[in-house]
Amino acid sequence: MNVLEFTFLVWAGSLVAGFLGALTGLGGGVVLVPLLTIFFHVDLRYAIGASLVSVIATSSGSAAAYVKEGFSNIRIGMFLEIATTLGALLGAYLTAKVPASAIAIIFGVMLVYSAYVSRRTRPRTEVEAPPDPLATKLNMNGTFPDTSGLRSYNVYRVPTGFGVMLGAGTLSGLLGIGSGALKVVAMDQAMRIPFKVSTTTSNFMIGVTAAASAGVYLSRGYIDPGLAMPVMLGVLIGSLMGTRVLVKTQTKLLRLVFSGVIVLLGLEMLFKGFTGGF
Amino acid sequence: MTFRRELDEQKLENLIAQLLRAGVVASALVVIAGAVFYLGTHPRSWVDFRTFRGEPEELKTVHGIVSCAFSGQARCIMQLGLLLLIATPVARVIFSAVAFTIEGDRMYLLFTLIVLAVLLYSLFGSFLTA
Repeated sequence: MNVLEFTFLVWAGSLVAGFLGALTGLGGGVVLVPLLTIFFHVDLRYAIGASLVSVIATSSGSAAAYVKEGFSNIRIGMFLEIATTLGALLGAYLTAKVPASAIAIIFGVMLVYSAYVSRRTRPRTEVEAPPDPLATKLNMNGTFPDTSGLRSYNVYRVPTGFGVMLGAGTLSGLLGIGSGALKVVAMDQAMRIPFKVSTTTSNFMIGVTAAASAGVYLSRGYIDPGLAMPVMLGVLIGSLMGTRVLVKTQTKLLRLVFSGVIVLLGLEMLFKGFTGGF
Repeated sequence: MTFRRELDEQKLENLIAQLLRAGVVASALVVIAGAVFYLGTHPRSWVDFRTFRGEPEELKTVHGIVSCAFSGQARCIMQLGLLLLIATPVARVIFSAVAFTIEGDRMYLLFTLIVLAVLLYSLFGSFLTA
């Protein structure tokens, strides 16, 4: 393929990925790496570099929309970013050490898992327990706007959440993804932060986490402008379009289809990883 | 008291979000400018990302990218746009540090500075080790 054809096709593919990712809430970054490696035969390292850049674009680009709603908790976010950024640095260093086939396998597992998480309904018993003393000390308990004014919430199990975030950051740095699903799991399930607060706080953490590994990627030569350019512009435009129509459309079927695509891509990554396709 | 604090933080968050968006728009414009130049100069040459070769020195460091971009090379201009994009979350963390300083929240100022140190190490660390 020549430059013009390649750039256009990658741009169009990234646009669709960003659009579907935003529309279904599953994130576009997660399908980018399989898309680039399986269909465009891009080397895994270049693909991871380009994907990570697009993750920053969508996170920063959609911050305004999230902040307007007033759900994000900047203190929880900043504290947990200590874990995610350190994890991201570790992950970015590991990318150079771990063989490509192992990264592909981890990626495949991650894809299948994230599709599974998005299908599962979360059985959560609301308990009126006293908050984690650490959370109180860290001034994390907050309020968020509800239909009946401001509702307050408590934060639990801070060390567990911090630990999961360390893992989420490592995965993000290793695979060049936002790992938003895992971040939400840490906040929503472990720390029992209200779902809306978890998702919005996660969005603003994703950009900072990705920036921590992006510097390492850059200095290792994983970020090629010829590839990252169409990916970043495509995902950015696609995800902005996706968030626009988010409220208006019935997304249940689309979510199901997109989850199916993610599982298939995950299995393909696993297969190629095990058969030495990378 | 806490309610009042939430309101002020909300305002600040709004401002930061606007700045982030401006950063993304600015970096996208730089990338587009470089892309027009890049696609215009050699649209028919072949691309191959199958094998990893790494990037040349001028595309790997902050200093290299900036000086190369100002010499007018298309690939470097695109890379400068991507570098601006990577810098937007860093700017966000710096704003948070300022906000915590104004509020007199020392504990969170410390947390923010730790995050900032990690980010700066990632971006400029290659200078320290090289």
